[in-house]
Amino acid sequence: APQNIVRYSFKERSYKSTSVVDQMAVHFVLEGNLLHQDSDEARRLRAKEGDDSGEDDRPDSVASKTDKKEPKLTNQFNFSERASQTLNNSLRDRCCQTEPPPRVTFSDTANQWKTYDMYEMETEKQEKNKDKQNATPKKENDNSKKKMMLIETQSDTITKVLKPAKILERMCNQNICDDIAQDFKYFEDVSDEFRDQKGTLLPLWKFHYEKAKLSVTALCWNKKYQDLFAVGMGSYDFSKQGHGMLVFYSLKNSAFPEYIYPTSSGILCLDIHELHSHLVAVGFYDGCVAVYNLKEEGQEPVYKSTAKTGKHTDPVWQVQWQNDDMDNNHNFYSVSSDGRVVSWTLVKVRYTNTLIIHLCLDSNSRCLSFTVGGTSFDFHKHIDYLFLVGTEVGQIYKCSKAYSTQFLETYEAHSMAVDAVKWNHFHPKVFISCSSDWTIKIWDHTINSPMFTFDLNSAVGDFAWSPYSSTVFAAVTTDRTVHVFDLSVNKDQALCQQTVVSKKKTKLTHIDFNPVYPIIIVGDDQSCVTSLKLSPNLRRTPKGKKRQELPKGPETEVAKMEQLLRLLREPDPTTV
Amino acid sequence: MAGTGEGKKEEPDYKKLFNFPLIRHTDMPEEMKVETMELCVTACEKFETNNESAAKMIKESMDKKFGSSWHVVIGEDFGFEITHEAKNLLYMFYGGRLAICVWRCS
Repeated sequence: APQNIVRYSFKERSYKSTSVVDQMAVHFVLEGNLLHQDSDEARRLRAKEGDDSGEDDRPDSVASKTDKKEPKLTNQFNFSERASQTLNNSLRDRCCQTEPPPRVTFSDTANQWKTYDMYEMETEKQEKNKDKQNATPKKENDNSKKKMMLIETQSDTITKVLKPAKILERMCNQNICDDIAQDFKYFEDVSDEFRDQKGTLLPLWKFHYEKAKLSVTALCWNKKYQDLFAVGMGSYDFSKQGHGMLVFYSLKNSAFPEYIYPTSSGILCLDIHELHSHLVAVGFYDGCVAVYNLKEEGQEPVYKSTAKTGKHTDPVWQVQWQNDDMDNNHNFYSVSSDGRVVSWTLVKVRYTNTLIIHLCLDSNSRCLSFTVGGTSFDFHKHIDYLFLVGTEVGQIYKCSKAYSTQFLETYEAHSMAVDAVKWNHFHPKVFISCSSDWTIKIWDHTINSPMFTFDLNSAVGDFAWSPYSSTVFAAVTTDRTVHVFDLSVNKDQALCQQTVVSKKKTKLTHIDFNPVYPIIIVGDDQSCVTSLKLSPNLRRTPKGKKRQELPKGPETEVAKMEQLLRLLREPDPTTV
Repeated sequence: MAGTGEGKKEEPDYKKLFNFPLIRHTDMPEEMKVETMELCVTACEKFETNNESAAKMIKESMDKKFGSSWHVVIGEDFGFEITHEAKNLLYMFYGGRLAICVWRCS
């Protein structure tokens, strides 16, 4: 046994080493109850019993006192069984009746046509729902588009700042060109007072887009937003035709175009719709006409004529919007060297919920064919059917939309191609034509010979009637000069002849008056557009009797022109 | 009927269009309706050519799900007049040609 056993003693509350471990284990103890009868104890017991027998009268008391007597054991195998019967619960009958579940009778006939009809109705309903939903999801789509845009813009930091940048650009330009803006609004050339009738042109902004190394071939002011104008670019050099470009400038930002649309073919003409100023009709060198929508994103025209829809076979020289026709379709006319004047209509076709507008040739075939190519045309301001066509050979035809084969009148106007022909804005009889043969001629359409002829000593590119006076017009010649005439002041000579571009090689190509402000824009063949302000002498209203202002209005303007014409008609017309 | 079937063949578009289940009449509660409808579609898809088996399948499933004594009629061309327990009728078209009528009455 180990010698080092330590045990905790709870009594002394400490560990105590126990030296000896008890080796003995007691497993079973049974005390016997047998005695030897001769032993002392037996004798003693016997003696005691003898005593007890004497006291047997009260054994119970002794037993309970001493408790030495063993308790009496019951016999657990001794059972007695007892049974009894209780009364059964008496049975009772109970009844109730529930109402049967309600029943319905239903009858129908199923056959093919009924199923078909039902399906038909259902699909219709679904389509209607779709229509309705389409309206809403479109918005959602728009929203999602916007979201997409947002996401895109978030990723593209440049487009994100596009609008602010644009505003900032305008601000910068306005600050840089502050003096020009001031001039545009307030400057009046005081020296005009001493110059008698002559006037000057004050150059304002210059618009130049360096990526377009093309010739300005068309100019048009936006009638609604008077600071915006469109410039068509292409080439007049027919051996060097290439791409073209349609750009829009605002006077508020001379540095960079507002819109840029590159085209595959050179642009030769354009016109902005008077009422729907986002629609721009464009004629191309390759004979196509197209309509651009400024509201649409993307660089492609929304409508374009194709060979299938009967495009011109030669360059389109002029396009002009007309008033909407009876079905409220937009329509415009175009003239081309192939000798046709064609009316184009933007026809709305409802085709499975989508509006498709396409260019189509007018079904009435208001299509005039000449033996010679047309180069320009103009529609009468008041008489709807009347229009003029200038041709390559120098003749001018007076035509009517009603007859497609005959001309009402033929004027032997020029000896070279007629570059432009335009009705006067005010006087219903007067029109003007210009040509590369250096002359500008003013006509009364009822008379076969020109009323006025001006020789500008250089090929005339373009001219424009002023919007404010019936007697004022301006012309550009290829020798870089702008000529401004006021017939009521001087009917023999220009009031102003000014060279507006410095480069010797440059040719001026086009000119247009702003519909409101006294400025003109002049385009040249170096893709540059110059804006010029007319000095007070050039836009003076004729004074009646010494500083007495004449009443303004179209009637006055007509009268002014009429007076001039009468002067010419009655005396022997020497100028003709 | 054969004629209309051929007509349908000429317009496969319609066949495709009309392939959805279309409830003609029902008074079931919404949940039950949907379940029954799905069951009918499943059965008709499973037994495309055997209406009897489809009807059997529908009836047994309905008995299991909603308690006993359901009746099912599937066919293309039939008329019927039935008495059913209220809120226990579904009459629908499926697949452009089948009419399925399911009702309970004990």
